[in-house]
Amino acid sequence: MDWVQVVIQGALLGGLYALFAGGLSLAFGIMRMVNLAHGDFIVLSAYIGLVIVQGTGMHPLAAIPFVVAIMAAAGYLLQRGLLNRVLGDDIMPPLLVTFGFSVIVQNLLLEIFSADTRGLQTGRLLTASLSVGAGLSIGWLPLITFAASVAVIAALQLLLARTSLGLAFRATSDDRTTARLMGIDTRHIYALAMAIAMGIVAIAGILFAVRTTFDPAGGPARLIFAFEAVIIGGMGSLWGTLAGGIILGVTQAIGFAIAPGIGLLFGHLAFLLVLFARPQGLLPRTRMEG
Amino acid sequence: MSLLAVRGLEAFYGDFQALFGIELDLDAGETVAVIGANGAGKSTFLRAVTGLLPARRESILFDGGPIGGIQAHEILAMGIAMVPEGRKLFPSLSVEENLRIGAYRRRPGPWTLDRVWSLFPRLAERRRQPGTSLSGGEQQMAAIGRALMSNPRLLLCDEISLGLAPVVVRDLYRALPGIVAEGTSLLVIEQDIGQALKIADRVYCFQEGRVTLSGDPTTLTRERIAAAYFGA
Ligand SMILES: Nc1ncnc2c1ncn2[C@@H]1O[C@H](COP(=O)(O)OP(=O)(O)OP(=O)(O)O)[C@@H](O)[C@H]1O
Ligand SMILES: [Mg+2]
Repeated sequence: MDWVQVVIQGALLGGLYALFAGGLSLAFGIMRMVNLAHGDFIVLSAYIGLVIVQGTGMHPLAAIPFVVAIMAAAGYLLQRGLLNRVLGDDIMPPLLVTFGFSVIVQNLLLEIFSADTRGLQTGRLLTASLSVGAGLSIGWLPLITFAASVAVIAALQLLLARTSLGLAFRATSDDRTTARLMGIDTRHIYALAMAIAMGIVAIAGILFAVRTTFDPAGGPARLIFAFEAVIIGGMGSLWGTLAGGIILGVTQAIGFAIAPGIGLLFGHLAFLLVLFARPQGLLPRTRMEG
Repeated sequence: MSLLAVRGLEAFYGDFQALFGIELDLDAGETVAVIGANGAGKSTFLRAVTGLLPARRESILFDGGPIGGIQAHEILAMGIAMVPEGRKLFPSLSVEENLRIGAYRRRPGPWTLDRVWSLFPRLAERRRQPGTSLSGGEQQMAAIGRALMSNPRLLLCDEISLGLAPVVVRDLYRALPGIVAEGTSLLVIEQDIGQALKIADRVYCFQEGRVTLSGDPTTLTRERIAAAYFGA
């Protein structure tokens, strides 16, 4: 057993978890909204990718921009048309509505695609790896996934810190009423935040689908991983979310290496440990700071 | 013609009626003060004018056009900015970012970051600090600066003296005539009437959601103001 290899693979898997979590973290940070259908939207993105790949024959990774565009548009409309209406001081209505969406998405996927597991084939990329000496090798696909995750989080951070739109996101997150007095259309801002969150979901969905097979019931497990990454890292902190994803990935990988049956359990234990020792997460930041 | 004309404005919080037929006029270039005790309805009045509370469309006219009940972000774009009660700086934004967000709609006009820095030099020294790390007086300067960054035609100030030492209040009020000189009309709301009456061309006194007195502050006697204010 080569532990260095295990930790590296776990950390790279953590990049995928951070991508799962990025949209959840963003939506929570800006709107204080928890989207219970988040995991199902990840799986839905995988199926949209499947349809595009089957229809056009393009490489799955090349389909990412299209899936991002579709999911972002859907996210904008979903927020503007529905979720904005149920957001308020009471946290229950959005939870119930998104839970409903979770059920609907799972059943629609089941109806259309059946319960069979599917996969997105990346050909040689799936097994290609980079030898980094000392007997270590890193798969290209996990490496690409990790790089995508860092790029997404860095881009979000730049957006929040440097742009006028990012300023509006942070102001709206701080105090929605006062943001309106600044001339900010906060319903539009919320919808844009959801569009970005769903764009990240799309990237996560495709990178998930090229890594493992998927089926319509896989959403809730993805949601759990996303939750755990967000909470380990600290609510609303984007780099914390990446750190949370990596910690989750590494502990899962170590667990799998000890005995395949306890990998996921190890991840949950790490999550509980952090929750117990540091309920605010490792890099807590309750507001969206730049 | 009035820049702001309020005609029979009513406002509600659910079933509770907070304003009963407010009538008010403010001409371009004027400074108007609204005074009144706790709970008289002063902030409610500003919330209705800025679009945070629903109002009948024709009950508020801005530059001749009805604006009652229009969305708050559109009202700002038309040129009405507010310094809200309690300042309400954005805690996760620096002082400079708080000012920049005031310019979100990019309304053209004389007010820029540099102009605000020269109006309130103490803010410039603290531009990188979180807005909420400032002293109360500095926070109020930042809140005024933030509203100015939208280059408003009408600036509404809700109790800018609240919780501040008298010397600080005096400094803040010294800045206001310069703002009017740049072409912004001013409506100030105060409980502490001393400063407000000094700079106002006209004063309105609110009591329990109604206008109980209005006029030129130089001709109103202390007794009449006290009666209108406290309902004696
Ligand atoms: N959010 C609210 N919900 C219900 N009632 C409210 C709300 N805000 C204010 N009120 C009520 O409306 C009335 C007017 O309040 P408002 O805040 O406008 O007074 P004010 O003149 O600004 O007082 P102050 O000088 O204390 O700021 C009061 O009776 C108050 O209790
Ligand atoms: Mg008030």
